[in-house]
Amino acid sequence: MMMMMMMKVMMMVTVMVSEGSIIEQTCKETPDFNLCVSLLNSDPRGSSADTSGLALILIDKIKGLTTKTLNEINGLYKKRPELKRALDECSRRYKTILNADVPEAIEAISKGVPKFGEDGVIDAGVEASVCEGGFKGKSPLTSLTKSMQKISNVTRAIVRMLL
Amino acid sequence: MASTEALLPVTSLQDPLSESRSDQIPETRRRRPIKVHLAVYSGLLLIALYVTLIVTHDGSKAEIATESRPRMAGVSEKSNDGVWISSDDRKVEAFPWNNTILSWQRTAFHFQPEKNWMNDPNGPLFYKGWYHFFYQYNPNAAVWGDIVWGHAVSKDLIHWLYLPIAMVPDQWYDANGVWTGSATFLDDGSIVMLYTGSTDEFVQVQNLAYPEDPSDPLLLKWVKFSGNPVLVPPPGIGAKDFRDPTTAWKTSSGKWRITIGSKINRTGISLIYDTTDFKTYEKHETLLHQVPNTGMWECVDFYPVSKTQLNGLDTSVNGPDVKHVIKASMDDTRIDHYAIGTYDDSNATWVPDNPSIDVGISTGLRYDYGKYYASKTFYDQNKGRRILWGWIGESDSEAADVQKGWSSVQGIPRTVVLDTRTHKNLVQWPVEEIKSLRLSSKKFDMTIGPGTVVPVDVGSATQLDIEAEFEIKTDDLKLFFDDDSVEADNKFSCETNGGSTARGALGPFGFSVLADEGLSEQTPVYFYVTKGKHSKLNTVFCTDTSRSTLANDVVKPIYGSFVPVLKGEKLTMRILVDHSIVEGFAQGGRSCITSRVYPTKAIYGATKLFLFNNAIDATVTASFTVWQMNNAFIHPYSSDDLGVPSST
Repeated sequence: MMMMMMMKVMMMVTVMVSEGSIIEQTCKETPDFNLCVSLLNSDPRGSSADTSGLALILIDKIKGLTTKTLNEINGLYKKRPELKRALDECSRRYKTILNADVPEAIEAISKGVPKFGEDGVIDAGVEASVCEGGFKGKSPLTSLTKSMQKISNVTRAIVRMLL
Repeated sequence: MASTEALLPVTSLQDPLSESRSDQIPETRRRRPIKVHLAVYSGLLLIALYVTLIVTHDGSKAEIATESRPRMAGVSEKSNDGVWISSDDRKVEAFPWNNTILSWQRTAFHFQPEKNWMNDPNGPLFYKGWYHFFYQYNPNAAVWGDIVWGHAVSKDLIHWLYLPIAMVPDQWYDANGVWTGSATFLDDGSIVMLYTGSTDEFVQVQNLAYPEDPSDPLLLKWVKFSGNPVLVPPPGIGAKDFRDPTTAWKTSSGKWRITIGSKINRTGISLIYDTTDFKTYEKHETLLHQVPNTGMWECVDFYPVSKTQLNGLDTSVNGPDVKHVIKASMDDTRIDHYAIGTYDDSNATWVPDNPSIDVGISTGLRYDYGKYYASKTFYDQNKGRRILWGWIGESDSEAADVQKGWSSVQGIPRTVVLDTRTHKNLVQWPVEEIKSLRLSSKKFDMTIGPGTVVPVDVGSATQLDIEAEFEIKTDDLKLFFDDDSVEADNKFSCETNGGSTARGALGPFGFSVLADEGLSEQTPVYFYVTKGKHSKLNTVFCTDTSRSTLANDVVKPIYGSFVPVLKGEKLTMRILVDHSIVEGFAQGGRSCITSRVYPTKAIYGATKLFLFNNAIDATVTASFTVWQMNNAFIHPYSSDDLGVPSST
């Protein structure tokens, strides 16, 4: 009887949790559940957003991370002048994310042609990787570029749900 | 939106018209409990709710999702655009792109605007001596956005003249985008254009437009119907799943009929509407066609092909001598699929000849096995042909596109006919007019033994037209058939066998284009012959871009497919090389592959052409001609262009 009760509790919990919020349902289908949930929960719009809305929140995060990284890059010119070339490349790549990828993704997802949003989001990850690669293993930006790659992967998974 | 309904908990509104419900949440648990356990359950419910609250409140502790399978994994294997190796943690070293290398990428004889982004071909037509081409265009950036209709004209589908923008988002019903559409010629020869508008509230609607001045052969100005939109998303169809209306065709009752792609859950569908005036429409309850699990159908195209003749047919033609093609662009996979079947005009439905390769099935037929999307045909009444346009996007990074200032080209227009030998597929071929670009040529007859690479001396090798015929030496073939240890290789494909570097008994062999002297960069376009079922030879036609460039921030897939080679046929190949685009055609266009490549060394004077035979047992004879191709000198229209004669 006790076992039956325990099993019923577990079943109920599983049913309740798996029928959980839209955020959790959505994030389960991405490569990084925890990152996905924490990003979306940190935005007040998250709890009432549909899939498009969730994608747009994450693209906003990409935009924020891009600005943060560009600021970091700017600061590094003085501190690490020997890295100028790689920093120039990173600056160019991250400006592409800010000025091309993000606007493209926002417009595409808002207007219901998500494949162009997918392009922009994938590219954000590519540009971050390319920037990182320019330091040939001695990058001062690793945690930022890694973040971008991860967020890009999660966002892409959500955008693909719109296709 | 239809697409989000699958994600909502069961209590939300389900679309009553949806045909398939993929989100079957087991309700059995709710039905089975016996009254005795009800009290226990309600108690436990409260506990569970409490637990849930704790769990969701502290997001980082959620343990439920042990299996988050990235949904893109499957796609990246199949879809060309998904193969971004750098999307994971691997470090990609930046290639130092500079303007010299980037500016070489611009094509010489493929249509592309002077700058910025282009995508889908729109409303192609022939009128008063000019071929018209419209296209999705971003006037402000080298990425998709702010879409308007670009416009160009040509006398011969090759030498294009840029005209002013034809349509901009200046109405509430297309404020967020003047998207893809098609032209129809009415009985009196006048033109109507149906196109998708993204409204000021992001709803996808269909609008009517027509030339402001029909006596203007350049069709510079367009008028939008004051009663737009003429179609809005019907009940059961998502507001953002309703786009790309086709050219209309006449039904036997004298009405006009169009089809528009959409989706219901994961089923790709094509809606049918009838009209007499293009202003009011009757929607059919039935669909032209639908295929489960294919996702959204974009840029649907529907047209007749002759079973016996090699000319094109007007879109309204029907009869016993005719088959009908349905083509759709799969939003999920960025692949254009088509299928051949039979159209029933009386009930507006279409049935595929071979349901196992129905529209959108991944193993089904494609116009092109490389980078090719959003394609659209039109009937060329000038020369009695059906012509196919296809959008060829970039495979490089957006940073490179921004730096070089442009993105995307169009494929060379192709004629499309039914393959009157196999009757199972279409055959495409670059329009004849492209031959007007041929300059000097060199003819070669070469016999190359197993494991050889031979430079082909043609001088400049960035703008070429190559036509080749291959024969595998018979002694080797006999040896091959007598060799019982060779297993029939039915699962062979270009990608899964190491591309062009893999060596089999009878292949691969072909050309390596856009190669540098030391072959550090090269793009092989080749045949690979293997033993198939019943000792018949199987041939695949491939393009391997994996070594096309030393740069790692571009996509470098291996493309290709099986190509039917009939008894008595030689292996034939045609290749158009034009800077960063390579178009390959096998067996007269039975299989086509378009690729984008971005060499860093094999550019300008350093570009070379090679012939290779990587087979282990076979010697191959190649008989081929290589033409130098001229620029098409695509430029803005000026009054000097008025007197341009048409090419014969």
